[in-house]
Formats: sequence, structure tokens, C-alpha cells
Amino acid sequence: MESETTMATMIQTENLKYAYPAMEGEAQIFALQDVDLEIEQGSFVVVLGHNGSGKSTLAKTFNGVLLPAGGKVYVEGMDTADEHLLLAIRQRVGMVFQNPDNQIVANVVEEDIAFAPENLGVPSAEIRRRVDNALAAVGMSEFVRHAPHLLSGGQKQRIAIAGVIAMEPACIVLDEATAMLDPIGRQEVLSTIHRLNREKGMTVVLITHHMNEAEDADRVVVMDNGKVTMDGTPRQVFTRIEALRNMGLTVPDTVDLLDRLRKDGLDVPLDALTVEECADAIAHAVAVK
Amino acid sequence: MNGRTEDCPRRHWESAAARKERENLESILQIKHLTHTYGVGTPFQRSAVEDMSFDVYSGEFLGIIGHTGSGKSTLIQHLNGLLKPTSGQILLNGKDIWAEPKKIRDVRFQVGLVFQYPEYQLFEETVYKDIAFGPANMGKTGEELDHCVREAARLVGIRDDQLFKSPFELSGGQKRRVALAGVIAMEPQVLILDEPTAGLDPAGRENLLANIRDYHRNKKRTIILVSHSMDEIAQNVDRILVLKSAHVLMSGAPQEVFARADELISAGLDVPQVTRIAMRLKEKGLPIDPAVYTVRALEQELLAARKGGAAC
Amino acid sequence: MLKDITLGQFFPGDTAAHKLDPRTKILLVTLYIIALFCAKSVVSYGLLALTLAVCVRISRVGVKALVRGLKPVLFIILFTGLLNLFFTPGTRYLVEWGPVHISDTGLHNAIFMVLRIMLLIMGTFLMTYTTSPISLTDGLERLLNGLKKLHVPVHELAMMMSIALRFIPTLIEETDKIMSAQKARGADFESGNLMQKAKALIPILVPLFISAFRRADELAVAMECRCYHGGEGRTKLHVLQYARRDWIALFLGGAITAGVLVLRQFGL
Repeated sequence: MESETTMATMIQTENLKYAYPAMEGEAQIFALQDVDLEIEQGSFVVVLGHNGSGKSTLAKTFNGVLLPAGGKVYVEGMDTADEHLLLAIRQRVGMVFQNPDNQIVANVVEEDIAFAPENLGVPSAEIRRRVDNALAAVGMSEFVRHAPHLLSGGQKQRIAIAGVIAMEPACIVLDEATAMLDPIGRQEVLSTIHRLNREKGMTVVLITHHMNEAEDADRVVVMDNGKVTMDGTPRQVFTRIEALRNMGLTVPDTVDLLDRLRKDGLDVPLDALTVEECADAIAHAVAVK
Repeated sequence: MNGRTEDCPRRHWESAAARKERENLESILQIKHLTHTYGVGTPFQRSAVEDMSFDVYSGEFLGIIGHTGSGKSTLIQHLNGLLKPTSGQILLNGKDIWAEPKKIRDVRFQVGLVFQYPEYQLFEETVYKDIAFGPANMGKTGEELDHCVREAARLVGIRDDQLFKSPFELSGGQKRRVALAGVIAMEPQVLILDEPTAGLDPAGRENLLANIRDYHRNKKRTIILVSHSMDEIAQNVDRILVLKSAHVLMSGAPQEVFARADELISAGLDVPQVTRIAMRLKEKGLPIDPAVYTVRALEQELLAARKGGAAC
Repeated sequence: MLKDITLGQFFPGDTAAHKLDPRTKILLVTLYIIALFCAKSVVSYGLLALTLAVCVRISRVGVKALVRGLKPVLFIILFTGLLNLFFTPGTRYLVEWGPVHISDTGLHNAIFMVLRIMLLIMGTFLMTYTTSPISLTDGLERLLNGLKKLHVPVHELAMMMSIALRFIPTLIEETDKIMSAQKARGADFESGNLMQKAKALIPILVPLFISAFRRADELAVAMECRCYHGGEGRTKLHVLQYARRDWIALFLGGAITAGVLVLRQFGL
């Protein structure tokens, strides 16, 4: 990307390796192999990959939940392997997980969101301010005194995001946080994080296997077999149809259709990702004929 | 739309009603004025299903779509007698399933229900024993039981060497197959699947759906697929039932349903991406059917339109 | 049916009963229990029942919800009542019917015992209904703070308790789901003898435990990601502070307890 020089680095991995403890008598399998990745401050990065590609493992190294078996991970220059920096790192990189039920600590929304700032020893008045701001940022202000277990999946995940925002991190990592949601819930979460990225300059790393969640990203990183196999803009990545399919991933229907039409001899571009762009491109090509 | 000619490359499609007529389909399940109200007499009283009536035809692949809260889960739990209607009836092969409440277990064997994230129900030491749980509850033993288990495992793509492993050693996708086999092994006449692909990646999703399609094709048994993914429903089923806030909003063959895309969208439901492209192209004046829902069909429509297409 | 269990449930609200400091409420409930065990007569029981009624009224918690809370312990209440009714020796027997004897003291004891347990449970439930589990454990933690010097892990215990309470509704829901899934495979939880019934629980308990462990594991990671590192240096969103209403409530509670003790002196 062109702006590389002007942008500060949020997270950087160097020759990152990770292996889960092997079963008895089985060879150790590396979940991550020599991953070199640099995530810029303020960017919206989607990490795609099938189950078992290493994408979730990668996410968990970003704030020291997992420590590298080889290589390094730096968060704003801080080494995640340095135990003294762990709290500082986790405060900078917030993490939202898959199952909304398993990350909510309290029975009342505001107390759950207050959990992180309480742990950080923030004074009470400041916690109050942060809780209210975080709830406003995810559009859940009216739920401040609600019981989280009665909310919908999408609302629970927004509460989880608010709980992370209350730490005032620079980056938020969503580890398959949309996988268990219905389409409406997924849309709620996506529009929330896009707004945070746009309005507050929050760096977002979204781990997912839903292709269409990557359409509006600045950058798409594709993982396979513990390695980064593609890295570029959504247009660059999604037009590599064969390579994606070989990795057990699909392409958006728009690209699939355009690809077929090109093979049928129609002069259409391959990188019209959205429904509107795709329809416009086709209409144009058909009219020209 | 009526000017179709023989040489037109467009795929021929027929309405659900026409198909029922042609194939002489009989109803296996009849839902009559079904209402289910939670919390009767409390301030939280609310009907999850209200005066729903529809038939499920023998041997069809029916898709049920609707939002969370549209009444999907409540509805399907009535079909195998896990929930009792507040009012209304469910007939299985013409007989009210609650005619003899003591025999409701037999209904559950005939209408198999696979819940969402079914892998969380596994409990046995081996895959084999877990699959055998259902058929053993039916009273099957010995060779008959063995046959059921192995056949079900084969249908969902579980290898023989995996049968005697602990289910907890398997991957998430495989666990789900085991749970699915546990219901298929009861050899139900109707198989209901609630969000069977939730949480799976694209390849896992497609593999599982392919298994389900094979099962449908080979066994000719009725399948009800519940999903909130319009794409998934569109690619697999013969007929779609759309639910909205405790009622049936519409039903019909995928083409019939997507022809009413505007209604779906205003009900807050998704329309397949392909249909949305087609709708936009139609708006732009291209002579194509806006109710197509597969990439291949839209491709054919476009090729026809290019050839000078208004004739089609 | 499992959803009927109201243990640990909290009904958010904005009444005076909700606003009281949790420490005040814990102390009041303690006082109430002491008073209940000292009450001897219709007058004292009447006073205590009236107190509870006033508190329920203030809290705007529905009486229905409170009565529903009694359901799971109905058996214990009935059992205690019957035990007292039949096995208390007395001076005068009201019923002598074969081996069945009911004495006047027995009847008296049975009624009071049942009343005592019911008031005790409803009083405690009123506290849990009007106090969020977090502030309840918070209050407990603060009340027991002195024990930290004796190396009692007060914070950890309070955290464990509040998490346990947080997961009760989730696990109940999960149990319901697992039961339905196994029923769909023909599991039968109703018929059979005790041994068969116990065996029928395995298909529920195994998945439930596995899921509980998975949840615990994921929750621990999520808590660490939100910078949890024990009680040290932790601050609070809601700092507990006694307000005027707490002093008033404690004064009234103390007065009523004292009243019951005085009545006891007069044999009432």
C-alpha cells in the first residue's frame, strides 16, 4: 500500500510460529509458520481462511493470549513475550470472541462494560464516562441496566465490543465474532465496527470465513495451512477465483458471475464486487454489444 | 414471461402447486391452525406461532426461512411433538400426533429433528454408541441396530475407522456429522434440520449440504431445512416457506418466492445476491427474469438477452 | 419447567429497595432472620409479615414472582410442616386417629415453622430480586473485607460467586436445549425406576459438563483479555457508600428486631 511510510504500525509479526501441544506419538503440527504481517494503525483488515487455517491462532497471538513458539509479535513496538508489558498490550488490543455468552461477566450491561476499566484501576467517575461512551459507540445506550442474557446474539456481541472499547484500545480484534450470529446480528456487528473504524480511527482486525464481510475492508489477508497465502485489497484477492477455491473458500456471487460471463466472451471487469457495480458493469457490456 | 419457446436456453421452472399436481404429492404432515403461546396469564404472554396452516408433502425438500423470533424454532418443535400446541393440530400421515399422548415418542422417531449446534448433545464414549442411542431407544438391537448405525454413518460421510473413536476427538464439522447420523439412524420419514451449517466454513457447509442432498435423492425422504441464509435455502430446496412474526408470509417454489423480492426485502429478509443483481439489471431495462437465484441461471438469462434476447 | 427456577434472578428497577446499599440489605436480611427465629407469637409474626409486605410493596416486585420462588422448596416446607405436625408431643391432643397424633403444640409449631421458612425465603429472595448479583457480591466482599487480613481470599470468592450467578440462566437454558435434543432421539426421562431414571440423566449431564468446562475456559481467556489480574488495584463503577436512606433503613430494621425481642420477653 502506498501510504505505508506515513502510517504507524499497530501490530507486527516477525517469522511468527506457533504449535499446539501435540498428542502423544504424533508429530507436532505448526498452526502458524513464519507469518510476517504488519497491520497499520487505523486500517480495517479482514483475515480469511477455512477452519483450521490458523487464522484464529494468529488472532490470539495479537494480544498475548498465545505466545509465539518462534519469532516475535510486537504491539506498538511492545514485545508480547515480555510479561511486564502484558497488561499494557491487552489494553491496547481488545479482543472479541465467537460465543457472546462466554465473554459476558456480569448480569447487568453497565457492570459488564465496567469490568475492564475496573481491572485497570480507572477512577469511578472516569469508568462511568467510559461506560456511557462505549455504549453510545455501539448504539446500545438504552440497554444500560438490562440483563445481557435476555438480549439477541447481535446485541450481546455489541455489548462485548463495548466492553472492549471501554479499555480505550487502539485496536480491536474480532475472532470469528460473527460466526454464531444470524444475518441481522452479523449486520449489526459489522456496521458497528465499520463505524468505529471510520469515526474513531480504531484499527480493526476481523477474523472470519464469510467472504462478503470482506467486501468493504481496506485489506484482505488469506490464511491457509498456517501461512499467509494472499494479501491485498478485496478486489485483488477476490479476483483470484481458482486460488481461493483451492483453499476451500468461495468467491462472492458477483465475481463468480462476472468470471463466467468473461468466459462466455462478454467484456466485463472481474472486480466489480458489489451488487450495484456488478449490475452496472454487465448492463454496460450488454448495451455495447 | 409467457413467450417461452422450446429453443430458449432458459431453464424451465414450475410453480410449487404445478409440481405437486404433476408428481401427485401427498401430504405427510399437515399443520392446521397451529398456535403456540408462551407465558399464558403472565405479563410476558406472547404467541410465537399464530394460526399457522400449511402442508408438508411426502418426499419434498422444504426450506423454512425467517428471522430469529419469527417462530421457526417453536414451529419445528411442534412437528415432532416436543412442544404441545396451545391450539390447532398437527397431522402425521393424516393422524393427529397428540391423539394418544403416551405414544408421542413414536412421533419423534418418525419425525427426526436435528437441533442447531447438535454436536453439543454428544455424550457417548464412541461415535458408534452415540449414533446408536436413537435407534436403541426405538428398541432396535443386534444386527438391525448395527445396520442402522453403519448406514447412517455412511450417509453423512463418517468413515468406518472413525466409528470407534471418541466423538470428542473429532473436528467440529465431523462432530456435527455424528450428531446428524444419530438422528438419521432412526430412519425418520421426515428429517428436520435446524441451521445445520451454522458456524461451518464454506467448504464444510457445502460438503454437509451435499450429504443432505444425497440423502434426499437416495432415500426419497422428506426433508425440512430451516435456515436464515436465503442463499443456502435457494440452492437446495424444492419449495420455500417464509415466516414472519409468527405467521406464514408466503410459500412456493424458489422462483415464485423471489418473484416477490420486494415483499421479502420490506419484511427485512434477505434476497440472494444473484436475485438482487438480476433485479437491478431488469430495472436497467434488460429483458431478464428478475427471480433467478443461481449464478448459472442468471448467466443463461444474460446470454439469451445478449443474443437479441427480447424474443425469449 | 426449568425456567421456573428463579434462584439468583434479578429484576432491575429504580425503587428505594433497589437503591439501598447492598451491605444494608445483607444486614437487614440478617436482622430479619434473627427476628424470625426469636418470634414466638402471632403478634411478632404479624409484625414481621407486615414488614415484609411493606418491603415488597416498596420494591414493586410482584407477589407472584416471590411465590414462584417458593416452588422449588415447597417440598422442604411441607416436609418440615408435617414433621412438626405429627411428631410434636403436647399436652392436649386434637386428633388421635390410630397411630396419628396431632397435638395442640404440634399444630402451633407446624404453622409457625412453615410461616418462618416462607418468610425467611421470601425475605432473602426479595433481596436477590432487588440487588444485582454483582452488587450483592460486592457488598459481601466489602462486609467481609476484614477477613482478608486472615488470608481469606475474599475477592476471589466474591468473583466466583458472581460468575456462578451470571451463568445460572445460561446453563438452565442449555440444559433445556440438551434435554429437548435427547428427547428428539427418543430419550425418556419420565418412566422407569430410580436406577433407570438416574441413568437417563447421563445424556444430559455429560454434554452439560463438557459445555460448562468449555464456557469456563473461554470465559477465563476473555477475562484475561479484559485485563483481569485478581483483586489488586481494582476499582469499581459503583462505589458503595452509605446514604441517608441506608441509615434510616438500618434504624427501622434494628427497631423492628428490637421490638420482636422485647415482645419475646413478654412471652409474645
